[in-house]
Amino acid sequence: MRSLLFIFTVSFVVAVAFWAYHENYKTQAALDKVDHLQQQIGIKRERLAVLRAEWAYLNRPDRLRDLADLNFDRLGLLPFSADQFGVLTDVPKTTDLAVLELNGIVDVSSAGAKQ
Amino acid sequence: MIRTPLRPLARILEARQKGENPDAIERENLRIRHEQMRDKARQRAESRLLLLGIMFFCAFAVIGARMSMLAIADPVEPRTHAAGSKIVSQRADIVDRGGRLLATNMETHSLYAHPHQMIEPVAAAKSLAEIFPDLDEERLLKDFTGKRTFVWVKRKISPEQKQAVHDIGEPGLLFGPREMRLYPNGQLAGHILGGTKFGEEGVDAAEIVGIAGVEKTFDAELRDPAREGAPLELSLDLTIQSTLEQVLHGGMVLMNAKGAAAVLMDVHTGEVIAMSSMPDFDPNHRPRPLTQGDASDSPLFNRAVQGVYELGSTFKVFAIAQALELGLLNPSTVVDVRGPVVWGKHKIRDFHNYGKELSVTEILVKSSNIGTARIAQMIGVERQKDFLGKLGMFVPTPIETSEARTGHPLLPKNWSELSAMTISFGHGLSTTPMHLAAGYAAIANGGRLVTPTLLKQSGPALGERLVSEETARLTRAMLRLVVSHPVGTANLAEIPGYQVAGKTGTADKYKAAGGGYHDKKVITTFAGMFPANKPKYVIVVTLDEPVETSGDEPRRTAGWTAVPVAAEVIRRVAPLLGLRPDFEPLQMAGITLASQ
Repeated sequence: MRSLLFIFTVSFVVAVAFWAYHENYKTQAALDKVDHLQQQIGIKRERLAVLRAEWAYLNRPDRLRDLADLNFDRLGLLPFSADQFGVLTDVPKTTDLAVLELNGIVDVSSAGAKQ
Repeated sequence: MIRTPLRPLARILEARQKGENPDAIERENLRIRHEQMRDKARQRAESRLLLLGIMFFCAFAVIGARMSMLAIADPVEPRTHAAGSKIVSQRADIVDRGGRLLATNMETHSLYAHPHQMIEPVAAAKSLAEIFPDLDEERLLKDFTGKRTFVWVKRKISPEQKQAVHDIGEPGLLFGPREMRLYPNGQLAGHILGGTKFGEEGVDAAEIVGIAGVEKTFDAELRDPAREGAPLELSLDLTIQSTLEQVLHGGMVLMNAKGAAAVLMDVHTGEVIAMSSMPDFDPNHRPRPLTQGDASDSPLFNRAVQGVYELGSTFKVFAIAQALELGLLNPSTVVDVRGPVVWGKHKIRDFHNYGKELSVTEILVKSSNIGTARIAQMIGVERQKDFLGKLGMFVPTPIETSEARTGHPLLPKNWSELSAMTISFGHGLSTTPMHLAAGYAAIANGGRLVTPTLLKQSGPALGERLVSEETARLTRAMLRLVVSHPVGTANLAEIPGYQVAGKTGTADKYKAAGGGYHDKKVITTFAGMFPANKPKYVIVVTLDEPVETSGDEPRRTAGWTAVPVAAEVIRRVAPLLGLRPDFEPLQMAGITLASQ
């Protein structure tokens, strides 16, 4: 009876120790993963900041104005003026919106858009 | 416990029989009892001491164990709750009211040298001078071959330049990470943003310090880590700022002016939507301040908030509004305008002879100095001072650029009745265009003072009441006539679709060296508000030494110089501000849907 109890106790201690080590390693692995992810987040943030700066640089009003001037024959863009305001009744009623086909959709950032 | 008697009867009797002293027995028993009591006390004290000892041992053991654990453990960051997502750049971004970037940070590199680690200093200096044409080869060679062990070569280099330097293959040339401030829009809003420089420098990082504009005013806020990178939102609108700068620059060139300034302000909130001063500069490459000559000739000088000028007849509005408020007159009251008005050895004249008398409205529309001087006499020195003081005309504007603090208005030393008269038509008191814009905003919004600000506001920020709603309305109606009446001085500001109200001002420049006024150098100003029936925005355009030369003879009055520029600004900016024109738009020829 006594030796049985002894064996049982020892095996219990071994099992608990195994479990504890296992949990410890799992925790360490999770922490390493967190570290790695945070590093990745940092890199992405840096990249995002650069992209935002680049977006702002490419969309600076001076450049857009020059581009509008350069492409005037194709786009015909002029500064916004008072006679471009219309009233709602000027807009012809459309019956079938599904006719509008979208093609060549480009994803753009909305970071600079007005909220 | 049974208490043993000190004199047990059996032993006493026995001792008496033997003829012994029974007291000896009592003493003996007493001694034994004392010994027992002493033993007991000692035992208790010993056990207490033991307990205390154990406690102390445990406490010291715990401290000792913790100390040794700390000593043998490797120092690591608390990783489980490190808020990695909050690690952001050292200086917050600056954005406009729509969230568009005005200033941000970029990762870049600095280049430094350890001459003692260099293998071929001569070749390195030669290659560096080729990569960076602005570096002096001689100087570099002197630094590399001298006794110095550390030399800064370049504070900021681009990735291409870094690669080129890397390709030299010199082990003594080293790179450090560097964060730099970037203004992606270049010159745009340069005066407002100001600029930065590197503060404390190390090899691994450098502090970015704001040196002018909002960068300096909000330096501490921008660097505060508690912001967690939240951008600083300005009241500016990038599109409108850009349009204003473009038109103002064009106007300055057309009118042959040496400088120009413009302010566009929301009349209810005091928010500055756009502000420009020409010539301007690129905050990415801030020019050096002038070491000699007039500071106002430097592009760094912000005419809109730093430059104090006599803004001429634009000030007449304040005298007339005050007289209306005081009930001294109404718009149709007739005032004697026979001149010249003589006060001591000074004479006040009008630009033209306006005959015997004019109504108050006509005085404003035709801009009569004599008429306004008479009104100022009615108001009196003290009340005028009080009114202009309330408008903030005696202190620098509270606008949040660091330069604004230096825009001290120039007041007459002795505010005599003559001063009161000349100030009523804008001579003798020098203020910045920003002061004027804030003053006009008070009339435009119905008589409440506003504080000009560069920060985005969440709602109207109306201050103390200056004049009544009714006075403000009457004044605005008169200002509207200045523009809409065919003989009004600002009739060139009449633009289709938008009703503009405003006033011109032409003032001779005083000689910087003293000794009176220049003959042919003027400051022309237009201060206006639109839409006139319910103003939302105030605009002030000031040109420095303009000459309009399209006619037979050069014209220098504001009506021919500042007004056309301001009109063009309003024409371009009003649709962008979302203001609907108040005429029926023309039927557009055949709108067809793209889908059809």
